[in-house]
Amino acid sequence: MTSVASQVIHRALQTGASDAECVFAEGEEFSANVRLGEVESVKEAGSKALGLRVLIGHCSGSAYTSDLSAAGLEKLVESAVGLAQITSEDPCHGLPEVGELGSVGADLDLFHEDVRDLPAEEKIALAKQCERAALDLDSRITNSEGGSCSSGWGRRLLVNSRGFQGEYRRSLCSVSTVPVAQSGEDMQRDWWFTIGRSFATLEPADQVGRRAAERALQRLGAVKVETKRVPVVFEPRAARTLVSNLFEAVSGDSIYRHASFLAGKLGERVAAEGVTVVDDGLLPGGFGTSPFDDEGVPTRRTLVIENGVLRSYLLNSYTARKLGLKTTGNASRSLAGNPGIGPGNLYLQAGPHTPEQIIASVQDGFYVTELIGFGVNMVTGDYSRGAAGLWIRNGELAFPVHEVTIAGNLNRMLEDIEMVGSDLEFRGAVAAPTLKIREMTVGGK
Amino acid sequence: MFFRDRYNLTPRDLERYLGEALCRGGEYADLYFEYQATTSLSLDESLIKSASQGISVGCGIRVLSGEKTGYAYTDDLAPEKIVRAARTAAQIAAGPGPVEPVPVNAETGLHNLYPAAGVALDGDLLAKLALLQRADQAARACDGRIFQVRAGYADENRHILIATSEGRLTEDFQPLARLSVLAMAREGPNIQRGMDGGGGRVTLEYFQTVRTPEDFAREAARQAIVQLDAADAPAGEMTVVLGPGWPGILLHEAVGHGLEADFNRKKVSAFSGLIGRQVASPLCTVVDDGTMPGRRGSLNVDDEGYPTSQTVLIEKGILKGYLQDKLSSRLLGAAPTGNGRRESYQHMPMPRMTNTFLLAGEDDPQDILRSVGRGLYCVTFGGGQVDITSGKFVFSASESYLIEDGHLTRPIRNATLIGNGPDVMTKVTMVGHDLRLDHGIGTCGKEGQSVPVGVGIPTIKVERLTVGGVG
Repeated sequence: MTSVASQVIHRALQTGASDAECVFAEGEEFSANVRLGEVESVKEAGSKALGLRVLIGHCSGSAYTSDLSAAGLEKLVESAVGLAQITSEDPCHGLPEVGELGSVGADLDLFHEDVRDLPAEEKIALAKQCERAALDLDSRITNSEGGSCSSGWGRRLLVNSRGFQGEYRRSLCSVSTVPVAQSGEDMQRDWWFTIGRSFATLEPADQVGRRAAERALQRLGAVKVETKRVPVVFEPRAARTLVSNLFEAVSGDSIYRHASFLAGKLGERVAAEGVTVVDDGLLPGGFGTSPFDDEGVPTRRTLVIENGVLRSYLLNSYTARKLGLKTTGNASRSLAGNPGIGPGNLYLQAGPHTPEQIIASVQDGFYVTELIGFGVNMVTGDYSRGAAGLWIRNGELAFPVHEVTIAGNLNRMLEDIEMVGSDLEFRGAVAAPTLKIREMTVGGK
Repeated sequence: MFFRDRYNLTPRDLERYLGEALCRGGEYADLYFEYQATTSLSLDESLIKSASQGISVGCGIRVLSGEKTGYAYTDDLAPEKIVRAARTAAQIAAGPGPVEPVPVNAETGLHNLYPAAGVALDGDLLAKLALLQRADQAARACDGRIFQVRAGYADENRHILIATSEGRLTEDFQPLARLSVLAMAREGPNIQRGMDGGGGRVTLEYFQTVRTPEDFAREAARQAIVQLDAADAPAGEMTVVLGPGWPGILLHEAVGHGLEADFNRKKVSAFSGLIGRQVASPLCTVVDDGTMPGRRGSLNVDDEGYPTSQTVLIEKGILKGYLQDKLSSRLLGAAPTGNGRRESYQHMPMPRMTNTFLLAGEDDPQDILRSVGRGLYCVTFGGGQVDITSGKFVFSASESYLIEDGHLTRPIRNATLIGNGPDVMTKVTMVGHDLRLDHGIGTCGKEGQSVPVGVGIPTIKVERLTVGGVG
């Protein structure tokens, strides 16, 4: 495919482009869903497509196609070049400088053949085993939305007219289940999963099933509490959403548009001391790891917040030029459009406290296990989301809570992180340990 | 005729592929061919910064055997690739089967819901760019405090062909366009945003005559300016009045998802087993209607080849029915409702909403507001989400006002509202006569698949709902 991509670049330059960048992505997927012990669906397929971005001076246009025939590629070039002729001149548009291009040489441990080669029957068996363990844990687990095993593998290739050429393969697999617990009229579900770049690194399927069932069971009998201001503890699955919010707030696009409450705060204290946030695109086997970003810039480790002080935004070459900074190798693109920004492995560094110590420190407060809704305003930092979890009383998890909201302002919440847990683990590209925030409003009765 | 003209795909080919899909003895198979051409343009800082077009083509093949589904797809329409995908999907059935063609016949008498049927949205790129530039100018002209404007235009021209082993052959051409505007206002250190957008299964003409870029821009700018003076939202239970139109997202989250047949077939919905029971106040009749001309959520046929329809979900407070797809209607012995939808050929269909709304009542919207001692009046919302098993749903009010003694006293900042699906509608005590549908901006996500939908509601009063402000 490298030669096809090179030809497309060549053709774009012939047709009037001054620079061009071509990305080719292909992948295959297999997934199986089982429910109550029976196979519910099996899906197996593959696809491939090509994306092209061209520049005519400082005007940019892009196109993608899944039609890789000669006619399809010709239309791709024609379309991208045509679009670049109608967009505005923007001096910040352009490929990275030649000196910025490159690829990390080290083996990043991103591809394992077992994800592709494990027979379908064995993948189905993992899904069944996971769901079975959940159903068997307790008689109150009466139903299930199913168990599933998903696996995917693929290749990504990037070529540009400034001499960059690189490719890498990645694999990913996961096993999960969604059990339903019931007690009288009360019905609650929860879920748990394991994810890895190889089946060999997954947690045992039955352990995942039991964990999911325990989570669903602990929600039975949930009540709505009185509205009040209390300390709020986020378990890791909930805490990682705060890091996702933070990602949006430090990504260059939000910054140059003043659409972030952290715009203009480089070098200032924005979070409590003891809060350090790192974006590391190089973690071997990481879910956000790659040897180069989607503009062909080597990925790296970037200190975003160091002991509470904002040290760096996350940038691609466009936003770096807008802000007079250097790209941090965080360009991320789908096949269409200009590159946006994506995290490498973005995490809040583990702290000194065990989750038990954090819970024990709270007299009267809320332990959040699930957040729903989209009530976060990046411009102002206003934060208000639906939540479920457990009430903490006298340092212990006392009873389940649901149908409440938690509200505050991200600015303030970051400064109010009182305790950071030691339990950091990656179940995706964004991760956080247990976090305790001094005070938020829990909205209920 | 699209796939015949462009890919030389004949009814004989379809019959052969269906035969291959049933070669292991499945009970039902369908083929979903899709060709989609998209255009997307965006303006930021008064510059057209991004322009992109794309084409994706493929075929998804599904085989049903009992409660089991086998699914495979290919993005290459070469006959050998389609046959290979058909045989992969066929594996879901265990037995031997006859490998013989399955006859198909074109369906007739389908809906004709899109204006200028067959007229594609492609072509005039400069006219589309002009929409963005007009929106930018109009938003900036509204108020000197508007300092950032982003506008986006996106359209898709989707051709689909569905052939089923029951012999139905259906084709549709589904245009979809959307214009959106985001405006940011600044007053000292105080920065706020406003958003508006709309469109539907329309031609560009819509943005010249029905709702213009200026309309979208002024609305976005208005919201941003209003927010400059907004106070912190209250927290706790209170009376909530929802304005007409987009606040209908309440129905979508609170009851719509919970009434999708797959969840009910599996008995994991908070609404499972409640057909015939009172789940809303007698003032409430909720309908899902995929047959409204030009609407974003409308379709001539669903993605399984069934005509869309009007389905009464709740009638005068009594739960009447579910939204069905092929698999669920087959297993539940129910009639299809035309709600089997999918994001693309790479996805299996499932029951989804189209345009979901609450029928108008008899109250005057002003009387509704006047009846409230203290409460919240919500007119614009961001997104929402629901946990269909516990029934808990949220939606986020991006523009709302405090009601004191029947009057709107001040704007309130972002707040999430949370409630319980099966009982929130029982707390509806007044329903206005001003039913409105949204302007065509909604996208619904379920199990990783996004599809365009519409929502609508008249002004309603909900006696008690939890508002999640800071207090």
